[in-house]
Amino acid sequence: MQKEVYSLCFMCSVRCPIRVIVENDDVKWIEGNPHVPGMEGSLCPRGAAGIALLKDHERLQSPMIRIGPRGSGKWKKVSWDEALGFVAEKLKDIIAQYGGHSVVLGERTQISTHVSKTFMRAIGSPNHFTHDAVCKGSVNTACRSLFGYTDAQMSMDYKNTKHIIMYGRNLFESIEVKPVNNLMDAIEKGAKLTYIDPRVSLTAIKAHRYLMIRPGTDLALNYALINIILKENLYDRGYTDRWVLGFSDLQSFVQPYTPEWAEAETGIPAAEIVALAREVSRDKPSVIFHFGYRGANHTDEIYMRRSIMILNTLMGSVEAKGGFFVKKGPGEVGGKPARKLTEQKFPKIEVPRFDQLGTSYLPLPDPSHGVGQILPYAILDENPYPLRALIAYRFDPLMSIPDFNLVKKAMDKLELIVAIEINLSDTAWYSDVILPEPIYLERLDCVRQVNGLKPQMFLRQQAVGPRYDSRPGPIILKQIGERIGIGEYFPYDSIEELVCWQLEETGFSIEDFKAKGFVSYTDKQIFWDRKDGLKFKTPSGKIEFTSSLLKDEGFDSFPTYESRTSPPTDQFRLITGRCALHTHISTQNNPYLNEIVPENVLWINTKRAEGIGVKNGRMVEVSSPQGSGKIGAFVTDLIHPEAVFMLHGFGHQAKLATRSYKKGLHDGLLMKNISDMIGGSPALHHTFVTVKPA
Amino acid sequence: MSKYYLFQDSKRCIGCHSCEVICKMNKNLPVGPKLCEIVTTGPTFIANLPRAAFTFMPCFHCEDAWCVAACPTGAMQKRSRDGIVFVNQDLCVGCKTCMSACPWGAPQWNPEIGKVVKCDYCMDRVDAGLEPACVTICTTHCLHFRKANLVPSIRRERYARVMSSLD
Repeated sequence: MQKEVYSLCFMCSVRCPIRVIVENDDVKWIEGNPHVPGMEGSLCPRGAAGIALLKDHERLQSPMIRIGPRGSGKWKKVSWDEALGFVAEKLKDIIAQYGGHSVVLGERTQISTHVSKTFMRAIGSPNHFTHDAVCKGSVNTACRSLFGYTDAQMSMDYKNTKHIIMYGRNLFESIEVKPVNNLMDAIEKGAKLTYIDPRVSLTAIKAHRYLMIRPGTDLALNYALINIILKENLYDRGYTDRWVLGFSDLQSFVQPYTPEWAEAETGIPAAEIVALAREVSRDKPSVIFHFGYRGANHTDEIYMRRSIMILNTLMGSVEAKGGFFVKKGPGEVGGKPARKLTEQKFPKIEVPRFDQLGTSYLPLPDPSHGVGQILPYAILDENPYPLRALIAYRFDPLMSIPDFNLVKKAMDKLELIVAIEINLSDTAWYSDVILPEPIYLERLDCVRQVNGLKPQMFLRQQAVGPRYDSRPGPIILKQIGERIGIGEYFPYDSIEELVCWQLEETGFSIEDFKAKGFVSYTDKQIFWDRKDGLKFKTPSGKIEFTSSLLKDEGFDSFPTYESRTSPPTDQFRLITGRCALHTHISTQNNPYLNEIVPENVLWINTKRAEGIGVKNGRMVEVSSPQGSGKIGAFVTDLIHPEAVFMLHGFGHQAKLATRSYKKGLHDGLLMKNISDMIGGSPALHHTFVTVKPA
Repeated sequence: MSKYYLFQDSKRCIGCHSCEVICKMNKNLPVGPKLCEIVTTGPTFIANLPRAAFTFMPCFHCEDAWCVAACPTGAMQKRSRDGIVFVNQDLCVGCKTCMSACPWGAPQWNPEIGKVVKCDYCMDRVDAGLEPACVTICTTHCLHFRKANLVPSIRRERYARVMSSLD
């Protein structure tokens, strides 16, 4: 007997809606949910490799407690009772001795994040963080400084855009299925794609204009674009008059940043910059200067992301068809969102966060995500206080926080490392206790609230029974909670009960998700009135070019541009990115994905390679003050001479993940761990490396 | 030739290899054999713009199939009603003659079973009224599979739209 189950993928964090065909408790087929426009059967390659993950005997199979030294790979298989008891005893001791705040939980943001936040608040710890800051903290802060909304509360209308400008936003390789299809449809209808990147990605090859910019100088390009747009009156005057605060500040600020000035900084001809400004403005307001997904390159990242959103504002594209829009929640149509466990009352927490977010050290990043890359410093310096335990929930600090050696040193100082995982990640390999979760095909998950032009809710419904001895995170955390005396915060015995509780006030029931996997609060797109109805959440209610958020903390909205230093003649700027076959650090051991992209290589410019005797296909040694390693060279004209590039997520150290073990080189081994202290992102493109034949 | 035509709209293809992965999943293949493959040429600069070609290489299901002619056991067959070329694995002895015979490298070796495997346009799916796996899940819907004269004339229409004026 075949049955169909509508669910949500989790091969990456996009969580595309899927339809799963199941027969005799086995997954026969997965496809994109045919009822969702933009999906209609489609799956990206990671999504297509879901069954390979389900069947993979190298994923985690049972709870384990470490019996050898950390990282030795010596484990004891234990029962859930023993594993949870072990974690609970350790946590109780640590909390009693050092306080609840000595416990940190880091996770990749997911549908059940409200449960982990609940766990942390219940033990009296402010130290929950997500992977988000490591990826896009500065994009978040930039958006809040201008609109009062986070980046996650805004999106873009790809389908109706007439011109999209992307700064290294490698959409056709990082692949979110719906946006990819919507943008493809727009291009079919004549939309233009401008792509700016020091490296030719597979998005560049679809572009109508490609600019090989000198690495790290996108901000200079944007200031020159703004300069021309203002000088030639190419902006939407009615829109900016109505909605912008600080327009004249911008005007005087960009005076010196002429296209000729930008040519010297970026390497892009002034005439090209002027042409782009004129061409884009002809299509306003249906244009998108894409604010990026990962926005974590430089220490002044927030200003780069602000400049992008200022350009959109000048085009009047915020809340415009074919431009940006603010995501609408169910409240817009009188509906109620699914409840979250974090609605409960918790003990008051008096201590600062481990990352000192909200203090003068890091005043502005979003506390709902924290700033994860500060973790190794907080542990090593015991500043603001000692941290003793880390729960790594589907998050891999060793591979995801820059400066591997620094992170490892910090982890060595912890008394307890617990990994809640599906894979034998490098952090799981280095942990004390492994608590395996079922994969997305094997579980029901919390309700996914999807705000947008049409607010909806989606449900990850269980397709098959768990293959191994695993438990979902919300059950694991509840069962640890019960053992340490905070059980009352988890008022459910199963995920189904939790989902039903979440849905109680929404007017929908769990049954409503069976037919298509989602429910909609409305069938009409909601756009606000551009003349009077835009609800910006800034103190002024306007788009704040001169930002009160920044000003209140003593930061300038328009600091003088500082020229991006070129690497010394014998060095390169290390840049990093993704390909279509892998999700960050988590899929390299998937048999099918590994087969197509088993390891990373170092892209190096042909002329520069000649100068240092590096040959295509041969091994090179890459070094920085943080570390060094060997990798194959890809000698090419497709990268700017100042940069070298490698894919993120390779060079795994977990031996029993045999397909990815020691394949390629981990970019974080070379990167220094420094941050944009205003926005919150790490500066992942701020490291110079030397390269020589190995 | 088979009655079918599998058209790749290269304008929409982003070279993501979803087709390859889903094909392997659907046929439950181990690492190694690829019944279809995206072969990337480039990127390279053409008049200041970087361009690449992603060529989709399934089996062509030839009229006079080299592999069928070469097969000594009758394992490689052509379905008379629609021309799909497929392997009857009960008859395959793993001699690999078809692999040598095919000018395009379509027949693949499955090391797990010691026999040849090959694109059969997912004929079980086709018989059930579905499309081949690669076509259904293609990320950008760039693959189209129909009876040959029913494949939408995407290129013709696209060209006409670009050239036409409403004056």
